[in-house]
Amino acid sequence: METIKVPTMAEMIAAGETPEILFWVGCSGSFDDRAKKITKAIVRILDHVKIKFAILGSEEGCTGDPAKRAGNEFLFQMQAMQNITVMNGYSVKKIVTGCPHCFNTIKNEYPALGGNYEVVHHTQLVQELINQGKLKVQGGEFKGKKIVFHDPCYLGRGNNVYEAPREIIEKLDVELAEMKRSKAKGLCCGAGGAQMFKEAEKGTKEVNVERAEEALALNPDVIAVGCPFCNTMMTDGVKHFNKEDKTKVLDIAELIATANDL
Amino acid sequence: MISSVIFAILLIGASGFFFINVKKIRRNILLGRDVSFTDNKGDRLKTMILVAFGQQKMFSRPIPAILHFFLYSAFIITQIELLEIVFDGIAGSHRAFRASLGGFYTFMVSFIEILSVLAFIGTIAFLSRRNLLKVPRLVKSELNGWPKLDANLILIGELTLICFIFMMNGADEVLYSRGLSHATNLGDGSLGLSVSKHVGPLLFGGMSDNSLHIIERVGWWGHILMVFGFLNYLPFSKHLHIVLGFPNTYFSNLKPKGEFTTLDAVTDVVAPNFDPAYVAKTDPNNPVRFGVKDVQDLNWKNLMDAYSCTECGRCTSACPQNITGKALSPRKIMMDTRDRLEEVGKNIDKNKGTFVDDGKSLIGDYIKHEEIWACNTCNACVQECPVNIDPLAIIIEIRRYLVMEESNTRPELNSMFTNIENNGAPWQFSQADRANWTNES
Repeated sequence: METIKVPTMAEMIAAGETPEILFWVGCSGSFDDRAKKITKAIVRILDHVKIKFAILGSEEGCTGDPAKRAGNEFLFQMQAMQNITVMNGYSVKKIVTGCPHCFNTIKNEYPALGGNYEVVHHTQLVQELINQGKLKVQGGEFKGKKIVFHDPCYLGRGNNVYEAPREIIEKLDVELAEMKRSKAKGLCCGAGGAQMFKEAEKGTKEVNVERAEEALALNPDVIAVGCPFCNTMMTDGVKHFNKEDKTKVLDIAELIATANDL
Repeated sequence: MISSVIFAILLIGASGFFFINVKKIRRNILLGRDVSFTDNKGDRLKTMILVAFGQQKMFSRPIPAILHFFLYSAFIITQIELLEIVFDGIAGSHRAFRASLGGFYTFMVSFIEILSVLAFIGTIAFLSRRNLLKVPRLVKSELNGWPKLDANLILIGELTLICFIFMMNGADEVLYSRGLSHATNLGDGSLGLSVSKHVGPLLFGGMSDNSLHIIERVGWWGHILMVFGFLNYLPFSKHLHIVLGFPNTYFSNLKPKGEFTTLDAVTDVVAPNFDPAYVAKTDPNNPVRFGVKDVQDLNWKNLMDAYSCTECGRCTSACPQNITGKALSPRKIMMDTRDRLEEVGKNIDKNKGTFVDDGKSLIGDYIKHEEIWACNTCNACVQECPVNIDPLAIIIEIRRYLVMEESNTRPELNSMFTNIENNGAPWQFSQADRANWTNES
């Protein structure tokens, strides 16, 4: 696959250009091998619709989400103010994130610290592009397949975004299946609240196993997710049941990019 | 005359005792830190009307919602009849409003009777769900002892209350048909009460006039004594939700659930590093603890949440950690908060208005660390609560205390903090390598 040139904000500004949108990649999207594939899928979509975008590259730092959820408000505010200083320096107006945690934090928690931006999650941007006719979507290899969507807590309950990911999936000409616990009643994948970075407390079951079991009961071809952490948890959960050959765990961005050969 | 005096004494006593205990609860709630909810009055009112008055969130589970609605509507509408009962009690009259209200009176009392029958059915169903069907969320370990007894006492009390109503009305119907009721005789042969005009003759038809008068009086006095008892039981019971559900939904968090509060005291320390002209938001001469160690560190809305909780367990049954067998139960967080707050309140009562340190705290003595560190911050508990209680707010505040005041957290979280601090990511990757993926295919 050809390499797409991804400019940094610094490079763009130096070239006298202003990007329409800042792509906030996030830690997982930058470093995790699985999540990097999602990042690249988002880049292919942005490139395909010819949006002028940039990343912060090495000037991007953790939003502070896991620190804040774990109770470390000092560290959170340090991270937030560093990022806000960088973004305000570039006069950033609009941001798309590849992760609901970054999305929630920048959108809801940065304004109180001086960072005011229009922030969208990548599923919201894709839906907007489809609605504007800028992105034509077809089912491709997913046509007729059964897809179940797992709501990320910080997109769904956290910010009431339930429809954007579902509308995109339906555009793929697939069967969209729903778990009993979906939308506002969706069950967490087990990663949120900084659990991703620690051992689970003593219990009888892992949360991701509980959730994967529920999704697999529908016998889907794909478990669609919108969060790199959900992706990790659901992938592990599917492996726990040895179902990785039958059921793939894919981000919505990957579904779109793959189905349309972007 | 004597009965009027006894009634007046009971009425004043019951109201007075209730007032004293409500004042104590108000005092306890106001032990919390200040927080302002003066914004968006229209949205707040709308939330209260939908969620509390309209029971909106109950209906995500239709069967208990309908059963609960029977009890709720019967309770609300019965308050109208209570006005007459109190009037009769003081004036020594009998069905004082009947003659003047005519058909409307018959309609209202009949309507209340139908609601009472529905409430009776609902109560039996609720008792069965708790004690026979053992619905999982209603038999969890945090309900052992007093909470379980409390729930059953309320339900049995409601059944008894309804029985008294039908004793009173049923016997009166039979007496009226014999021309012996103390109600104004309108020459119509029946009081026209929808349920009692059928059930009364069936149950009491063969009894002597004397027995009927006794049954009617036992029903009347039994009913009002139950009402006074119930009123004064409320402040000690989970059943306080029938009152606090309303203000508690008015003071709901209207922001996106994903947004956590910003600690101004922390901003005052961090912001000057970025903006030398920054003006502090908190008073440096009056430093407050970061986060929450004990109930007085919570804000008053958190404490009102605790008193509003009726221990239904919808939060716990939706909690991913509880579902997978962890110690965390959002309901227990709320119950522990109330228990500790009441302990603090009693301490204040005992020590002439000031709290004397008892060496205990909410975290440690009531809530265990493994509960606090299990939370996914997924907001399922907040979403589920029918009266918009926010257990997550308390969990996060306790985490803040443990991390920022005690440095007492899980070791892996400390590693995560160190990584973010040193290289701007929760893992050990260099910030300089953040864009390396752009060079991969």
